[in-house]
Amino acid sequence: MEKLLEVKDLAVSFQTFFGEVEAVRGVSFHVNKKETVALVGESGCGKSVTASSIMQLLPMPPAFYKSGQILFEGEDIIKKSEKEMQQIRGSQISMIFQDPMTSLNPTMKIGKQIVEGLVKNKKLSPSEAEKKAIDMLNLVSVPQPEKRIKQYPHEFSGGMRQRVMIAIAMVSNPKLLIADEPTTALDVTVQAQILDLMKEIQNQFDTSIILITHDLGVVADMSDRVIVMYAGQLMEEGTVYEIFKNPKHPYTRKLLGSVPRLDMDRSESLHSIEGTPPDLYAPPKGCPFFDRCDEAMVICKEYMPEREYHTDTHYSCCWLNHPMAKSVAEGSVV
Amino acid sequence: MSKYVIKRLAMAIVTLWVIITITFILMHSVPGDPFANENKRIPEAVYQNLLKKYGLDKPYSQQYLMYLKNIARGDFGESMKSNTETVNEMIARGFPVSASLGLQALLIALIFGPALGAIAALYQNKFPDYISMIISIIGVSVPSFVMGTFLIQFVARKVNWIPIGGWGEWRHTLLPSIALAMMPLAQMARLMRSSMLEVIGQDYIKTAKSKGISKSAVILKHSVRNAILPIVSILGTTISNLLVGSFVIEKIFGIPGLGMFFTTSIYNRDYTLIMGITVFYAIILILMLLFVDVAYTLIDPRIRLTEEGR
Amino acid sequence: MRNDIAYTKEMFEKAPQELRDSEKIKRPSIKYWADVWRRLKQNKLAMTGLVLLIILTIMSIIGTQISGYKYYEQNLKKINVKPNKEYWFGTDELGRDLFSRTWLGTRYSLIIGILAALIDFGIGVLYGGIAGMASPKVDSIMMRIAEVIYSIPYMLVVVLLSVVFSEAGAGTSMFVLILAMTITGWVPMANLVRGQVLQLKESEYSLASESIGASKGWILRKHIMPNTLGPILVNLTLTIPVAIFSEATLGFLGLGLQPPKPSLGTLANDGLAVMPIGLFYQILIPAVLISILMFSFNVLGDGLRDALDPRLRKQKEVEKWRSC
Repeated sequence: MEKLLEVKDLAVSFQTFFGEVEAVRGVSFHVNKKETVALVGESGCGKSVTASSIMQLLPMPPAFYKSGQILFEGEDIIKKSEKEMQQIRGSQISMIFQDPMTSLNPTMKIGKQIVEGLVKNKKLSPSEAEKKAIDMLNLVSVPQPEKRIKQYPHEFSGGMRQRVMIAIAMVSNPKLLIADEPTTALDVTVQAQILDLMKEIQNQFDTSIILITHDLGVVADMSDRVIVMYAGQLMEEGTVYEIFKNPKHPYTRKLLGSVPRLDMDRSESLHSIEGTPPDLYAPPKGCPFFDRCDEAMVICKEYMPEREYHTDTHYSCCWLNHPMAKSVAEGSVV
Repeated sequence: MSKYVIKRLAMAIVTLWVIITITFILMHSVPGDPFANENKRIPEAVYQNLLKKYGLDKPYSQQYLMYLKNIARGDFGESMKSNTETVNEMIARGFPVSASLGLQALLIALIFGPALGAIAALYQNKFPDYISMIISIIGVSVPSFVMGTFLIQFVARKVNWIPIGGWGEWRHTLLPSIALAMMPLAQMARLMRSSMLEVIGQDYIKTAKSKGISKSAVILKHSVRNAILPIVSILGTTISNLLVGSFVIEKIFGIPGLGMFFTTSIYNRDYTLIMGITVFYAIILILMLLFVDVAYTLIDPRIRLTEEGR
Repeated sequence: MRNDIAYTKEMFEKAPQELRDSEKIKRPSIKYWADVWRRLKQNKLAMTGLVLLIILTIMSIIGTQISGYKYYEQNLKKINVKPNKEYWFGTDELGRDLFSRTWLGTRYSLIIGILAALIDFGIGVLYGGIAGMASPKVDSIMMRIAEVIYSIPYMLVVVLLSVVFSEAGAGTSMFVLILAMTITGWVPMANLVRGQVLQLKESEYSLASESIGASKGWILRKHIMPNTLGPILVNLTLTIPVAIFSEATLGFLGLGLQPPKPSLGTLANDGLAVMPIGLFYQILIPAVLISILMFSFNVLGDGLRDALDPRLRKQKEVEKWRSC
């Protein structure tokens, strides 16, 4: 399989009023062509910052790269100039955001917002642009597109706006679509529709998708591979099957334990994850999940574990993978 | 939409009526009458004639009704001190002068104020931000009469082709309109800066950037377009402030506008002129406020809907 | 697995509770007002304003006693004297000491500005508070009335009132000036208070309080008042320069305090009269003082607004990276 995007050892920090926030701390992963990769984690864990880094949309300052490369089709995006990025944004990589209520310009007509990026890059005439806008609204199943392109965002419902956002993102037929919590702000019934639409469009255009979410239901439905992120670091990665059937990291297990499943016993209860993620103003030296982990060991406090591959596609970063962990645990039983 | 305009128009008429009534009551609650304190004693017959001429011999209620009726016809009556001009004629002479000065000042403020604020926001906490914020903090802190006198002292006295005062040519309007424009310019710059900063943080700006359009297109079509809305909403107040400023500026620069007539009429206790100009100003201002509010609903698509929805 | 560590068995023992410190708060928590003051102190511009205000206030109290000349004392032999060792700010057309007159004028300008702002504040809080807490019908009527009053161009009313009352022989007394300025000036404050009250009345914590049986008065005292205090304080600070400006403008138009009492506006007006004959200092000093007063109140108000809004500021800081 061909790699479309490869992120290598990415670290992003923010210089704020209170000091440096290490939002992303050495993250590496890749996205293949036509593949959907889910980036999962609690809010504030750095998944959105990672996504924005790929788009080069971080406000700099206060944000700055501490290290790393973002290779898109083999070229490092971080080294690109603003002008070069403008050629990539929208046409190669595009993005949809969490809140469709605030993601559309309230004073610009929908039709114009959809084709704005295209008009500039491909020099469309007004009538061509209008036709394209109507086509796009048809594609995302917005009824009466001829009428709708002349309307303003406040005349659309939340679900319809997210359809418009997808239309905006897909208008140039990008190779990679980054969906940042695309369904979080929507009603449950609308969520399913939007996910179906995204799948449909992905099949039609062969787009790769990075799906950022904290909703594991969405993950199971949509993605091929799952990356679990915590406090700016990657904890575990695997195919959907591996992550859901055989989670290795205690954090992944806890995440899964907090989601209701149909095959659950009635006597089984849902578990919340107690405590809060560490303050990234002063990130811990060892495993960041240490404070909240039931299985934490002495070593976890001081040392961050490295990746341990369980299969070709499945790794986790946890000291429990260490052979000594097992023997000590068994030894204590005896 | 038309319902909204009608509602606003009705409110405007009520406000106007309140102003006329207050003006009338105030002017007639002055003890004594306007002719009693003239220097030379007036013969009794002439005095009675004067009272009759201005309708002062009739009961208040009748005078009030007559005044309302005259204003409805657009007649502000005779000046009590000028024998050659009616109040209407004085307004017709002074208003174009004041209006052109005010308009010029408004244009200066509208062109430079928002631009200054936008630049400050785009370069937040950098050099251009500090410079434009210093300009605007000085602008809001220095009253227009101070600005006016300083401009005379330090510019008009030094530069030959800029006159110290008077009216007629374009160069006469230069300093007064700058002095008049400074405060609204500074207010607009401050407002634009904070509004722009807010807009820049909005999600839809990120959406716009993610489309790959150029930086300048993001700024002009998305940021400025939305950030300028609050500026439009304060235009009414700005015009009102310009008016007050014009009293002062016209006095300093000796400009024969309505403001100058107003201040002179205050000195002279020319009651019909005071009343006439007050009511005239009120009409202009209220119409402006109405116009600005209606214009605002046209510019901001969101407001249109909520007003229709009501 | 990392091979830079010398693994021991003990390392793989279950971590004892003492090692976990998830509940430890990394940043110190500071009391609200102490925090406001700390942030205000960091704002150099606001502190400059505060210091200038303190100096001007002190001078307005003691300044009239320093030069040894009374503000009404005329010395016709020494008229229009430029600033010198004897008369620090010079003398005016009647040979009065401008140093004493300037500081007395500052005093009157400050008093009028602050009193007018306080009265605006009092009426505004009362009216806006009542409207906000009242039934929607009463609220709507009250706000319509306020709307009509506010769309009356206030300077016209001020001028009219000053004309009428100065004609009555009382001179434009301080009372009339303040009355004239407050007659429409309270409306913005009322709007602000009403808006805040309405917003807070609907807020979850007020609802929560109501749901456990708290009375309206309790909610007003314990929830609404503390939370409206900040914006109101800022508005109050920013109303003062407006009032000072109005007073100065009136004085400049010849509608200020009755002579011989000076205000900064009337002093500037007197100064304008002698400007054509080259005596710029007479208008310069009051003009600069008015500007400094307005500058100080403006920057202090701005600083207070920034300092009082830690939620906003902190939120923005955090949002910057949380949301991107």
